[in-house]
Amino acid sequence: MNILFTDEQRLLAESLEQYAAGRYSFDQRRAVLASDEGYSPEAWHDFAELGWLGLAVPEEDGGLGGSLADVAVLMEGFGRMLALEPFVATVLLGAGLLAEIGTPEQRAAYLPGVAEGTSKLAFGHSERQARFDLADVRAEARSGADGFVLDGHKCVVLGAPAANHLLVSARTDGGPRDDDGVSLFIVPADAEGLTMRGYPMQDGHRAADVTLENVAVGTSALVGPAGEALPAIRRVVQRAMIALAAEAVGAMEALNAMTFEYLRTRQQFGAPIGSFQGLQHRAVEMEMAHKISRAMVHRMARAADANSELLGQCAAAVKAEVGKSGKFVGQQAIQLHGGIGMTDEYAASHYFKRLTMIDILFGNADHHLAEYARLSQETAASSG
Amino acid sequence: MLLNLSAEDQAFQDEVRSFMTESAPAALRQKVERNQTLTREDFLSWHRILYARGWIAPAWPVEFGGPGWSPMQRHIFQEELALASMPMIMPFGINMVGPVIMRFGNDTQRAKYLPRILSGEDWWCQGYSEPGSGSDLASLKTRAERDGDVYVVNGAKTWTTHANFADMMFCLVRTSNEGKRQNGITFLLIDMKSEGVTVKPIRTMDGGVEINEVFLDEVRVPVENLIGEEGRGWTYAKFLLGNERTGMARIGRSRKHLDRIRSIAAQEPLGDGTLLDDQKFQEKIAAIEIDILALESLVLQVLAEESAGTVPGPEASFLKIRGTEIEQAITELTMEAVGNYAMPYQPEVLEQGWNEEPVGPDYAVGAAPLYFNFRKASIYGGTNEIQKNIVARMILGV
Repeated sequence: MNILFTDEQRLLAESLEQYAAGRYSFDQRRAVLASDEGYSPEAWHDFAELGWLGLAVPEEDGGLGGSLADVAVLMEGFGRMLALEPFVATVLLGAGLLAEIGTPEQRAAYLPGVAEGTSKLAFGHSERQARFDLADVRAEARSGADGFVLDGHKCVVLGAPAANHLLVSARTDGGPRDDDGVSLFIVPADAEGLTMRGYPMQDGHRAADVTLENVAVGTSALVGPAGEALPAIRRVVQRAMIALAAEAVGAMEALNAMTFEYLRTRQQFGAPIGSFQGLQHRAVEMEMAHKISRAMVHRMARAADANSELLGQCAAAVKAEVGKSGKFVGQQAIQLHGGIGMTDEYAASHYFKRLTMIDILFGNADHHLAEYARLSQETAASSG
Repeated sequence: MLLNLSAEDQAFQDEVRSFMTESAPAALRQKVERNQTLTREDFLSWHRILYARGWIAPAWPVEFGGPGWSPMQRHIFQEELALASMPMIMPFGINMVGPVIMRFGNDTQRAKYLPRILSGEDWWCQGYSEPGSGSDLASLKTRAERDGDVYVVNGAKTWTTHANFADMMFCLVRTSNEGKRQNGITFLLIDMKSEGVTVKPIRTMDGGVEINEVFLDEVRVPVENLIGEEGRGWTYAKFLLGNERTGMARIGRSRKHLDRIRSIAAQEPLGDGTLLDDQKFQEKIAAIEIDILALESLVLQVLAEESAGTVPGPEASFLKIRGTEIEQAITELTMEAVGNYAMPYQPEVLEQGWNEEPVGPDYAVGAAPLYFNFRKASIYGGTNEIQKNIVARMILGV
């Protein structure tokens, strides 16, 4: 099954399997889900020990300098085990942004801690009116006496309740939806004027709405050149989209395995329900959706590694495809399970909810279909 | 755009592409692009060009006249063939009966048939389906009875593609009604010029004639035309179906066709601009493009697996199912793109060429016939439902 992987990636996939089997069972996960934090600090520590937190952190910042293709393998494993830990927020978004445009001092201050598991980050960017438009930033950063003063509201900030520091985007220049003028700041989670309303998401992952009122930060809090953060934000979000698609593919694999097992064993009308053709064909379509999505995710990750100019197109294509297939697999898995699929005590519903949240995150399938169409038109226009 | 070819494969692609540029006949390209009816000679003229270059049988081993390409190179070749708007290599000889003869035929049969498949001297057709045996192929009733050193064959085959062009037919016949019905099936090679063979073309809803009924009335087939052992035909037929899986995804052809839709949409007026400016239409194109990209990813995975020597499982059926779904979506969208001029029925334009100005734009004439014709794609080669039955057995085991 792992013809797509390098030897190192194969080892990584195996260690994820082992970890899930030994230390991240569905019952263990249920206890974590019910805890105050909503994730397991022990697991987080394990992830650091196993090198997973440092996988995507550059080598010079204390990480392993892994590629997006490596991250996809990791995320696929997280998808299978339904990991609740704030990996996307801390490593892919927070550390990703610092690695892209952070100053040497900022990288030294935060990234080794991320790899070691001592520092958790989050990225406050989306706003109520922006929907999925990354350029639509209305939070403001005014120049103050010795730094900046931030005001604004950020919605559904992934992993914010657990974060020590937040990366927050705010406009230092330009109109509400301009590409230019977006700046990025790193702000302590307990900064004065920063208030957080935390909550679980539908799938149990934690997030918060964050309000900034006259939050004063020093000039050293500015990440990257003032007004020029958006291209880096796009790249980091696009990589996170491919990584999330890999997580969805792992979730689909696990969900299909459960569903097929159920079809083999559940008896009705004196026969396993998997002997009925109506259900058989549905199962095949689910398997086809998973297999095609999986091949695509790993290929797009490698393609984006090889040619960063393709990142935007790869991310949009993958998010559109996996959004569609994840929804199909999730809905059908619940349907084929019948009543038991509806229950909270059974893992199928948790996979379905995670797949549903992944589709929404950073724009759903329809959004990225439109985005892909726009990029194709641009490419066609510029080439011919 | 995303293949990330190795230097060697890149050089191969360049070589194939420049060959296509130099050797693909312009008139044939135009016929393909306009979905005109291709004659026997159209197919054969291109077959001979590829044969002369040594490229007619990409998947054949070198000892039998293949070019010795890797799975990836075969994929690249198919892509380039499609991008050059050349007809696909007819599968019945090269991809179907050829490998069966190599694997299960005897030396005499290999020496006799394989060179003629390569050169195009024999055009082959496939005698599988019968009026009473479609998806349930093993129920076939065409009988072959041994009479000295011949088999006497009686029965009827149907939906036989290009039987009207064919010199030879590979045929599943029943030699026994004993035991399991699959075990009474035998694989015979039948000369279409034999006495008692009658071919009756079937006109399909698009107006074209690709498929035929083949009646076999007291046809005397020499015993030396038996492939392998009597009663083992089902095994050979299954082997045949497993060949050249990745070609079934039709990636290159679909991508080329999508380009054609873009070009049509750019010429179709809409409001103050063209259909190509319409966001909804752009998204329909984009949705198919993403489907192609996704399926191509699976093709590349299967190619890598083939190179590593693993035999793909359900993937073969996935490529067929999704590949044909994409082809059907594309032909449907082509018809949608041409709008009103999809409606005039002008078979003479498609069959005889373009001596007179067609009604409407030239690209519109073939759009609806192609849409109608491609409903076949989810039916032939094992219907998509049969493919799902096969995969269900693999993944559910019930």
